[in-house]
Amino acid sequence: MPNKQHVVVVGGGLAGLSATMKLAESGVHVYLISMVPVKRSHSVCAQGGINAVNDYTRQQGDTEWKHLDDSVYGGDFLQHQPLVKEMCDWAPRVINLLDRLGVPFNRTPEGLRDQRRFGGTLYKRTAFAGATTGQQLIYALDEQVRRWEAEGLVDKFEYWDFLGPIIDGDGQCRGVVAQDMFSMEIRSFAADAVVLATGGCGAVFGRSTMSMICTGGAAARAFRAGVKYANGEFVQVHPTAIPGTDKLRLMSESARGEGGRVWVPRTANETRDPKSIPEAERYYFLEERYPKYGNLVPRDIATREIFDVCVNMGLSVEKDRLCVYLDVTELSTETLNKLEGILEIYEKFQGVNPRQTPMKIFPAVHYSMGGLWVDYERNDTTGGLVLGSPRNQHSNVPGVYVIGEADYQFHGANRLGANSLLSCIFSGLIVAPSIENFLGSLAHGTAADQATSLFDDAVQREKDRADGLIKNQGDENPYKLHQELGEWMTRNVTVVRNNIDLKATVEKIDEVADRYKKVAMSDTGNWTNQNLSFTRALGDMILLARVIAEGALLRDECRGAHFKPEFAIPAPDADDPAELREQATQWCRAFREMKEKWLKSTIAEHAVDGPKFSYEAVDTSLIPPRPRTYGLKGAEIIEEVWREMDSGVKDGAAVAAT
Amino acid sequence: MGNSFQVRIRRQPKPNASFEWVTYTLENEPGMNMTTVLQRIAANPVTSDGRKTTPVAYDACCLEEVCGACSMVINGRVRQACSALVHHLLEESAGPIDLQPMTKFPIVRDLIVDRKRMFETLKDVKAWVRVDGYHDLGSGPRVTPHVQEEAYPLSRCMTCGCCVEACPQFNDHSAFIGPAVTCQAILFNAHPTGSVDRDDRLAVLAGRGGIADCGNSQNCVKVCPKDIPLTDSIAKAGRDATLYKIRQWFGR
Repeated sequence: MPNKQHVVVVGGGLAGLSATMKLAESGVHVYLISMVPVKRSHSVCAQGGINAVNDYTRQQGDTEWKHLDDSVYGGDFLQHQPLVKEMCDWAPRVINLLDRLGVPFNRTPEGLRDQRRFGGTLYKRTAFAGATTGQQLIYALDEQVRRWEAEGLVDKFEYWDFLGPIIDGDGQCRGVVAQDMFSMEIRSFAADAVVLATGGCGAVFGRSTMSMICTGGAAARAFRAGVKYANGEFVQVHPTAIPGTDKLRLMSESARGEGGRVWVPRTANETRDPKSIPEAERYYFLEERYPKYGNLVPRDIATREIFDVCVNMGLSVEKDRLCVYLDVTELSTETLNKLEGILEIYEKFQGVNPRQTPMKIFPAVHYSMGGLWVDYERNDTTGGLVLGSPRNQHSNVPGVYVIGEADYQFHGANRLGANSLLSCIFSGLIVAPSIENFLGSLAHGTAADQATSLFDDAVQREKDRADGLIKNQGDENPYKLHQELGEWMTRNVTVVRNNIDLKATVEKIDEVADRYKKVAMSDTGNWTNQNLSFTRALGDMILLARVIAEGALLRDECRGAHFKPEFAIPAPDADDPAELREQATQWCRAFREMKEKWLKSTIAEHAVDGPKFSYEAVDTSLIPPRPRTYGLKGAEIIEEVWREMDSGVKDGAAVAAT
Repeated sequence: MGNSFQVRIRRQPKPNASFEWVTYTLENEPGMNMTTVLQRIAANPVTSDGRKTTPVAYDACCLEEVCGACSMVINGRVRQACSALVHHLLEESAGPIDLQPMTKFPIVRDLIVDRKRMFETLKDVKAWVRVDGYHDLGSGPRVTPHVQEEAYPLSRCMTCGCCVEACPQFNDHSAFIGPAVTCQAILFNAHPTGSVDRDDRLAVLAGRGGIADCGNSQNCVKVCPKDIPLTDSIAKAGRDATLYKIRQWFGR
């Protein structure tokens, strides 16, 4: 009798847990491998909420299609639209499921789920549980997985570090190698499919809003083994975080969703107490510049505007530390109660009561839009996905699936707030039937039937690598090298990017990679050696840094979070209406050219002498790309001219066809 | 030396090995917390008297007090290392800041302990909502804001272990499930769908290691980093368990 089929899920955040519980429900046995007890995964840090069209917004004219439109407009059209469509169509069902699992969503007096507004939309589409929604969601999924664990369908391996996939001679993934982070035992797990749900890579930037485990280590190890990496250069910098020595702590967009306002004093070097500065002397720059969306413009835009106000206009609230005010002091007690989770964080870490004094915040690296490349199968009838297709979320290495923040395709060039919890759970739920169908199609026996040498060799290779690192001689300190890498990446590869700096950064990364060969371990023992785990992850961060920085260097345009002033199209500014129109026409032509050239996914493939880059077309078949102004004051003419040009093009095409 | 301070750490290389107190000297930084202290030591693991050591092993993850990983005993009080700020600790008591692992769980190494017991006990009380399946069955039950406001604080439990560390009744020799897990049993019993497993949970609360083991010291609620009303849940658990037992006597 052949051995049973197994699936390995690596990572126990929202995506990994959703996939695990869904697979277990279908009777598929799962090995769930995680560096931390899954309940402590980085998903706990998500604060504001999860998006879906709901009964409330529907009555205002909202639809799944508008959620799709907001998401792809927000992402600057870099997403494959069928995926986003399917996700938005599923969103109400995803939230219903979470509701049934017992998530304590905030309620209206009638007992319905309360909703709040989030960035990049005009609808109150976000369901929430206080300001700790991620924590509440992951707990519900963690509980479900514990239930399956009790029933024997899930075996958890917590405090285990994924070291790499095991790929056979035919290029098929047959399992993984992992290391027990306590005993340091390295062993293989035979598996017929492997799901990577290993999150983002904020640690590449040194400090970010991400947790300590978000090194991108697992993604880099899959990349090294042949899985493609896509859109690495798209990194979200969240507008509102509190600077800290060890981490930049997120202050959720929900603070603005509930009415919080961002401002600076109108004059530089203001010394007055913020509460005593009269309204007229405050510059609510987001509200003034974007009257339609106000404080809830998408994150890439809010972040750039905060930078502009602090760096170019010199209006930072503090002199030696750039920051602006995030002000919730005018909100009612009832509203503040809904934000308790984050206000408590501010108070604990800053020692200031944000209910009485405006918070001081600044942008911080927050989310990796890019990630491991995955496929999908388009349903030509619905415009969405063929559900259950083995191609969905499947990487280019057969048997390796990727979901959640670790994948690349849901958020394009900029993710909308409260869409990440959705994409993580959605991708976890849909990957399960896809894997089941994949398992059913597998010929040549199960993974456990493969020659033992396949697994033994993979384990031996990793043992040798670990021994090599431990015995390495040199004078480089991995923690200091990491700090240096992070400083370079944060300075040159975040909000404003210039080719000259990017080029220098790529060279710097190569230098860091060279120096990495000389790292010395301060712990050479074989019990709970965190020094080894960190140093190994540092090698991975260097690899990803190179993919991110070089991807950014190569992409000569502005798109979403990727902003290169040298390639920004100058905004129309003439006083004369005719000239202004002409400028706007030029702007739209330049925009169209840019779109032809750059509306493509960046694909990186690993090679010993550095990543190889290529580009892949994006499916924009549902909603045609358009200039992304968000009602910016002064940009109305662009919208107007674009509408005319766009309809003109369509008319022209129709005429040509007849 | 003006801005420097000392940290004294209880270090133990392995389970069941002997331990020693090791002192490190660090430069204070604005807003510095104890996880930063451990990161600085990792980068330069040299003791105050110039001896080279290994980095201190510790558990930490989110660094903003929502994951529950970095619980340890700091200056004699169990708390999260990430939200323990150096300047507060130095105000609390002059002299070296004392760091040691929690004492109620097996030590893995240095400040890392194995809290598996708590997660296993969550299985015993069926701390989940037993839904029919993950397919689309519409929304969950309507819940009044009042009920949500009672559930939400309980649902913020990070399984960090602070409450059981402070609990005199929770130790190697007792089977007491502890405040956190008791509280989760109450949370799921209060949920309209979760209540289907109510009696199974009450059987655990009424049984060996159940609520009768609580000595009512009320230490748990004082150390909970999330201000969870643990003693309220324990009181409720006591009442519900008693009623359950009475119902059992009458065979219903």
